[in-house]
Amino acid sequence: MAKARLDRIRAMLESAFEPLELDVRDDSHLHAGHAGAKEGKGHFHVHIVSDRFENTTRIDRHRMIFEALSEMMATDIHALSVSASGPSSNQTSGN
Amino acid sequence: MDVNERIQKQLDSYPVLLYMKGTPDFPQCGFSAQTVAALRAVGAEFAFINIFEDPEIREGLKVFSNWPTFPQLYVDGELIGGCDIALELYESGELKEIVSKNAKPAEESAS
Repeated sequence: MAKARLDRIRAMLESAFEPLELDVRDDSHLHAGHAGAKEGKGHFHVHIVSDRFENTTRIDRHRMIFEALSEMMATDIHALSVSASGPSSNQTSGN
Repeated sequence: MDVNERIQKQLDSYPVLLYMKGTPDFPQCGFSAQTVAALRAVGAEFAFINIFEDPEIREGLKVFSNWPTFPQLYVDGELIGGCDIALELYESGELKEIVSKNAKPAEESAS
């Protein structure tokens, strides 16, 4: 179940951004018992580097990712932590 | 007044406004707690709205802002971002600059 979700998130991000780097992590276990966890939705972290993020603002990048995952945002994703950048950007948050 | 008008009125009233889960002293979500901590660390004076106490705002804001998660931090009516962006801006030193141009009574509940 959790694995399938991770695979779906990865697949959606790969097709939307053709990323140079992509790491999707399921952090749901860190939030067990939390209100969002009770609804059965997951907490995920995404690290992504893509040419598509060149010359975009942080808020643009987050919106692009939410948009790409929109069909899962309502049903599977409770919280999404995002670290996104373009290949020449030095704005990665480091975690 | 419909929900979009209510949101606009709140944004017009509070230059630094955090829509969050819980309150600054009793946050009910780790991401809301971290965002409050970043704002406090830079001495920001901010208002907050606890979305758990206002289901209409909770649903309406996602559409209004085209942003699906909470917390949401607004400065001068503009969405700055959620927890990740607030923390990145804190780490880069930009958060202090963004919020310090805006002064309002400290941590007033806007609800």
